[in-house]
Formats: sequence, C-alpha cells, structure tokens
Amino acid sequence: MEKYHENKKLQLLLGLVIGIVFGFLLQKGGVTKYDVILAQLRLMDFAVLKIMLTAVIVTMLGISYLYPKGKIQIHPKSGSLKNSVIGGLMFGVGFAILGYCPGTIAGAVGNGYIDGLTGGMIGIIIGSGIFASMYSTLKKKKWIEDDHFSEVSLFQRMKGNSFKYTLPFALVLAGVMAVLEVVGV
Amino acid sequence: MGIFTETQWSPYVVGALIGLLNILALRISNKPISASTTYIKVSGMIRKIFQREKVQRNEYYSQKTPEVDWGVMLVIGVVIGSFLSATLSGDFQLTLVPEMWASNFSESFFPRFITALMGGIILGIGARWAGGCTSGHGISGASQLSIVSWVAAASFFIGGIITALIKYSL
Repeated sequence: MEKYHENKKLQLLLGLVIGIVFGFLLQKGGVTKYDVILAQLRLMDFAVLKIMLTAVIVTMLGISYLYPKGKIQIHPKSGSLKNSVIGGLMFGVGFAILGYCPGTIAGAVGNGYIDGLTGGMIGIIIGSGIFASMYSTLKKKKWIEDDHFSEVSLFQRMKGNSFKYTLPFALVLAGVMAVLEVVGV
Repeated sequence: MGIFTETQWSPYVVGALIGLLNILALRISNKPISASTTYIKVSGMIRKIFQREKVQRNEYYSQKTPEVDWGVMLVIGVVIGSFLSATLSGDFQLTLVPEMWASNFSESFFPRFITALMGGIILGIGARWAGGCTSGHGISGASQLSIVSWVAAASFFIGGIITALIKYSL
C-alpha cells in the first residue's frame, strides 16, 4: 500500500473519488440542507447526530480490526483540551449562524444552495485566513497550545484485543441512538 | 438503480457507509476524511496572488502548505457527489434562501447572505483554532478515540445548540 500512498497523482484522483462518494452520501442523508442542520441544532430532528454516531461506530470497529494488524495507520490530531473548547465553541456559534459546516457546505453547493456558495464558503475561507494571520500571536500569548492529549489516541494505549474496549463503547453509542428513537426525534 | 433515485436514505445507512468509506480512505490513502483544512489551503492560494511573501513567511501557512492536495480534491468531490445524488433524485434546486430561514426571518437574499458570511467567518476561525471540523474531529478524530476530538465535537454541539436556540427565539 505504501507505494500507492506515495503516488501523488493517484492520491489526488482517489481524494476526488472518495469525495464524490462522501458528497453523494451526505446529500442522501439530507445534511446538505440548512433546514436539516438547524433542525438538529434546535433539537427537533437528530439525523445529523445519528449519521455521525453510526459513522463513528463503524470506523472505530474497523480501526479495532485493522490497526492492531498494522493494516492502517491512525492520525490523532494535535491540539489541547483548551484549543478544542475555545475553538469548538466558536465553531458551534458559526455553525448555527451559517447552518452548514465545512464538509456539508460543499454538499450544499452541489445541492444548489446559493447562500452556501456565495456567503458561507467565502466566509469560511476568510475566517481561515484571519486565523493564519493571528496564529503567531495566539501561540506566543499561549491562547493556543498543545497539551499531553495532543496526537494521542486511546488505540495506542490498549493492551490486548481492541474490541474488548471498543465493542462496549459502540454499544453505549448505539444505546444513545436507541433512546433517540424511543423519544421519537 | 431504484435506491439511487430515492431522495433520502436512513441516517443509519448513510452513517454506516460513511464509516466504511472512512476506513477505505485510511487504507488506500492513509488519510481520514476531513474537510476544514481545505479552506485554509484555498485561503493561502488566493492570498499568494496578492501577498506572496507574506504567505511564504507566515508560520501557519508553512504548516498547511497552500496547494491542491488530497483534501482539496475531496471537497471538490463532495460538490460533485452531492450534485449527482440531488440530480438523480430530482432534489436539486437552486435556492437563494433556505425555507426555515425564510419563514422565520426574511425571504430576501441580502440578510441571509450577510449572516452566512459572518457565520462562515466565525466558523472558519473556530475550525482552525480547534484544529478540525464536524468531519475531521466529529467523525474521524472521534472514531480514532482522540480525547481532543471528542471534546471538540462536544463543544461544536454545545455552541451550536445554544446559538440556534437563541437565534430562533428572537
């Protein structure tokens, strides 16, 4: 597989193909629509959360099988609890005002949403650029820093069979969705 | 072909297929699905036209090289894939103002455009601050059992739910 990972042109093509399938699925899930995302954030319909949790369960179980065998590598993100809370809350505010997130807005554009293309996408690009200009200062003033959770995955700490940990956790997440179904949202 | 022309699939089917796609991406491209990094790269590519040296000297752009890579292609693919799905099911529609927005606020485009732009700017800064988005942290990072990703994903929803509830109670 490594020689395929290093083939840049092939990887660009694979990125495009994976993106096409991802976009197709997002649209079929309805999350390329402002109304569906806001219905989630207003706690009226939990489709967004159901899609995310199911995707997490399947990916996590796949990693549990393939990672210990060395068939895949994992890439836990750098950062810190502080960055996640500050940035995450800010992201959430923008998410609710805009009504799309960086992935679903690309899907919204494909779905025909002009507000996503002209307002939202340009906004995200501007916001990202503003952050790049602030980055050095934020880092110097320690507003942004890495802590000991940076680039850490619990998969790296597991002893023995990963499923011992991930299967019960998957059941907990499935239980959350079962509750949502019972409540009827 | 019937299923491809359906407007909506069960969220569980969609989620499970996204999960399988994510594993495939890890295997064949050694990359988990993520979206927000593309926007910082595009911002760098645009700024390079006007301020080449400034971008080259910028510490953040030297980590997130402004170039077309796997992730940028992925986001382009998402536009195409969504268009295909929507066209097949007859769900494609040019929309200026989403329905839920129009019925609560205004049917005219300009106020919606300005809020989308403002929301996008805040979201863009937040995504970079947290180091990822709903896909990168919420799906990929969470499934890799990263603590920073679980905390980020929870913060996305806490911030989002509070803001949405305030927005629609005005």
